[in-house]
Amino acid sequence: MSASKKDFIAESEELLLEAESHLVEIQETNSSGLRPDTLNSLFRSVHTIKGISGIFGFRNVTDVAHSFESLLDDIRLGKIELSADVLKFLFTNMDMLKKIIRDEDEGSKEDISGYLISMEAFRDSAKKGSGASAADGAFAGIDKSIISILSEYEEHRLKTNIRENKGIYLKSAVYNLADFEKELNDLTALIRSHGELISMFPDSNDLPPDSIRFNLMIGSILPFDGLKELLGDDIKELISCKAAPEPPPPQAIPQEMTLKSSTSFVRVDIEKLDRILDTISEMSLAISAINRVGKEMMELYGHTPIVVDVLKISQVFGRRITELQGQLLEIRMIPIGQIFSRLSQVVRRYSRETGKRIDILLYGEDAEIDKYLAEEIADPLMHIIRNAIDHGIEPAEVRKSTGKKESGTIILKAFQRGNHVIIEVRDDGAGIDIEGVRKKAIEKGLLSQDSRVDERELLEFIFMPGFSTKTTVTDISGRGVGLDVVKQKLSLFGGFVDIATAKDAGTTITVTMPITLAVLRALIVRIGKERFAIPLTSMSETFAAGQADIQTIEGREVYNLREEPLPMIRLSRVFGIMDDGSDTFFTVVVGYGERRAGLVVDELIGHQEIIIKSLSDYLKGYTGLAGAAEIGKHEVILVIDVESVIGKFISIGSGDLIQKAVSHV
Amino acid sequence: MKSVLVVDDSATTRSLIKAVIDEIGEEMNVVEAGSGFEALRLLPQHAFDLILTDINMPDINGLEFTNFAKNDTRYVHIPIIIVSTEKSREDIEKGLALGAIAYVTKPFRTEELQGTIRKVLKI
Repeated sequence: MSASKKDFIAESEELLLEAESHLVEIQETNSSGLRPDTLNSLFRSVHTIKGISGIFGFRNVTDVAHSFESLLDDIRLGKIELSADVLKFLFTNMDMLKKIIRDEDEGSKEDISGYLISMEAFRDSAKKGSGASAADGAFAGIDKSIISILSEYEEHRLKTNIRENKGIYLKSAVYNLADFEKELNDLTALIRSHGELISMFPDSNDLPPDSIRFNLMIGSILPFDGLKELLGDDIKELISCKAAPEPPPPQAIPQEMTLKSSTSFVRVDIEKLDRILDTISEMSLAISAINRVGKEMMELYGHTPIVVDVLKISQVFGRRITELQGQLLEIRMIPIGQIFSRLSQVVRRYSRETGKRIDILLYGEDAEIDKYLAEEIADPLMHIIRNAIDHGIEPAEVRKSTGKKESGTIILKAFQRGNHVIIEVRDDGAGIDIEGVRKKAIEKGLLSQDSRVDERELLEFIFMPGFSTKTTVTDISGRGVGLDVVKQKLSLFGGFVDIATAKDAGTTITVTMPITLAVLRALIVRIGKERFAIPLTSMSETFAAGQADIQTIEGREVYNLREEPLPMIRLSRVFGIMDDGSDTFFTVVVGYGERRAGLVVDELIGHQEIIIKSLSDYLKGYTGLAGAAEIGKHEVILVIDVESVIGKFISIGSGDLIQKAVSHV
Repeated sequence: MKSVLVVDDSATTRSLIKAVIDEIGEEMNVVEAGSGFEALRLLPQHAFDLILTDINMPDINGLEFTNFAKNDTRYVHIPIIIVSTEKSREDIEKGLALGAIAYVTKPFRTEELQGTIRKVLKI
């Protein structure tokens, strides 16, 4: 076969983009007058995805596209009304289709049967009683040979136009076969601005071989004369217009302006914005170079006017760049509601799978957050919700016996506080068994029998890896998606998570996230051929040292820094890469108190602002990495997670080591 | 050598159909049209022995295209096979009424499409 999976993915992605822009147009025009064409185009994109996925045997994609397509078909054929709920559901469908195509690309397979069932259920419940088709005998006046060419959809549009008492007209135009498209497109655009183009069928009757005739069936509220004046001769009236001429639209728009969209929004691929951010960081590099040159000039020539100018310009430039960065970060904001609607889908799905009835309430969907961060917190929030359904909300019988209403409730609430957005996930379940947590902590040796800790401190254990008060593992929350993972993920972006619980009243998990991507200053270092970033907030100083300054105590290297022993960590060993192997090197001092250490690197390159992003799946398992960042010229460097490096390499028992080192020096 | 016109707005589908035709083993010249308009323009340029068309396309649809070809003495003899999804069953029936000789539903099995083409071309 000459077509490959890659072709499928490429064409699907194109179709998805098209479909998405149609869907957005539908959303924007639904209240003011949706063009049936737009809906039909959306239908066609999804239809094609279904067609090609079927040929390749991508079952999940075909199934999802099929159910999406069926829903769209019902809408375009007037069997389902396009209400706000239906519109919302279309977005959910779109997200699902995107996801499932991505899954296919990545080779992962998910069981989507539950999703498909819910799709069918939704479609059934949204269907109007009998469908609002016009009486079948309504085509009187239209030649049967014309009706026989109309597709099911075109027939439906014709019926709808007749039902709405619009005039039905047939315009013919003859063109040169070699280049008819431009003229024909102009004609159809003119028709569409005064009515609907229901069907367009070509013929060649009685024409010279190099010509072609297009017959255009039009539905319009314009009377025959009006349309004839507009479109010229060669137009027939099939059914006359019975609609009262509509009063001119209130703002009496001049004709040429009617094609203008009423919105002032543009849709932009987030990757384009990412690229602008990259360019900005390259520019900041250039500015710091100008600044450095200015300072060197000052040393050479003193405070001469030209030197002062260079420094001033570099400062102004720097401030503007920071402003630009801020403005760009603002553009990337989306309402959190987009994530909420996906999450409510998850709730419905798990509610079905667990057989627990759950109502979901959403508040504060307008709160905004950076698109990238929104995507990154979607999974953590999903884990929290899964936990709530699985461990929090009790089965209906239990709820009944404790006097609660049978269905559980999950409340998702978002609000802004300063530069953070706070997202609460609240359930009205059983709450966390605090005593159970205490027992478990003691069992695991994390807590001694007689230690006095309050509830808050006990709840902290829930965020520790592998800590779970339930011994059973269900399909829903599973293992490995514990709150520890959630916490770790959020902390990457400067977010944190809090928990409050009350017995029998429920649990509230509060996620606090920065609204925009964090721009942090980092020290760029080099080890061998690799470059890494160390966040400035995690380090205290740097110094140059030689191999001779290092002592080895029990196989561990220690440096004597101002009469204090400093355990040394060779990053080349941490990451398994080659360093320069030189006798002299640099040390970056990180951490505090007992958890202080010196990271050995080959070279200090300089300070830079970076925007931290999460790691690709490939690198996720590595200890010691917090994320990745792009620094100028599209070079990606890894950001060191100082905490985890120290945690792993100066583990328990380091107290002894320090003691021994102290007695040594 | 037989000449076949494949009309479908999906490039992937076109190249799959082309691959299926190539696999038949007979020498066949496959011409692709990405839209109904393109198909209209290609018709007089080749002496086609067979047309395969999708129904749902953006400019003119497969029914409108079939109607055109079947009403032009130059093309009326060319057999048309509709290759479309099962969603448009009513449309497929209309296509047959307009003069298409056969239909194959998408997703198709290679042998099914090949069999239909062989039967229609008597090869």
